[in-house]
Amino acid sequence: MPALEKKMILKEPLARVKGHGSAKDGVMHWIAQRLTSIALIPLMIWFVISLLMRLHENYHGFVAWIASPLTSVLLTLFVVTLFYHMWLGLKVVIEDYVSTPMKRYTTLIFLKFSLFFLATLSIFAILKIALGA
Amino acid sequence: MSNRNRPISPHLQIYKPQLTSILSITHRLTGMGLAFGSLALVYFLVSLMNGPESYEAAKHFFRSWIGLALLFGCALGVSFHILNGIRHLFWDAGRGLDLKSVYASGWITIIGTLLLTGLISGIVVCQL
Repeated sequence: MPALEKKMILKEPLARVKGHGSAKDGVMHWIAQRLTSIALIPLMIWFVISLLMRLHENYHGFVAWIASPLTSVLLTLFVVTLFYHMWLGLKVVIEDYVSTPMKRYTTLIFLKFSLFFLATLSIFAILKIALGA
Repeated sequence: MSNRNRPISPHLQIYKPQLTSILSITHRLTGMGLAFGSLALVYFLVSLMNGPESYEAAKHFFRSWIGLALLFGCALGVSFHILNGIRHLFWDAGRGLDLKSVYASGWITIIGTLLLTGLISGIVVCQL
């Protein structure tokens, strides 16, 4: 195909032969990233203002704040949405910059486990504070 | 069997830095920084869970220079990421995509970030 060779072809020959398209799961990632970001706007504003209003609070004051049902629920929602949003964002950063598959998947697995651990730890802490008070 | 005729993108340092590209990479950088900053939130919650003594230790840390620098970084990062994030949501809705609007919203993001960070820091410093 001498005529074709002269053109700028975007795909590698192997990619053209295999004929694969996209993995078809990018849309869900895109939607989830937007939904979590929309949810995080009010949650983050609520969290920051709540903290700024309680800078002089002592241990018992903070425990009482977290133990109130509204705070427990909003704080749990905040933590879950925050870590989910974090996973979606950091995943793409790793996929963009870590080029060898072995390193990429190792990093992604380590990241996913770490974020699940931190999110679970936070939720457990909120529940223990809320139910123990 | 690589295709020698494939178009190759120039490296990042070839391009002249522009407001648009700087804000784009800053969004990523603040996102990564805030992921690190989330450890402060986890530490705060765990310290409260562990009782008054560990809470005092956390309070001591957050009032140290390292702790305050970390919190300042979080305030700066959250302010930028939330404002630029709203900018992105407008783009996703198909609004403000012309060059003039992109630059205008870019400058609003920068000024808004400085104002928000200043406001949060001011409230914290006044009550220390």
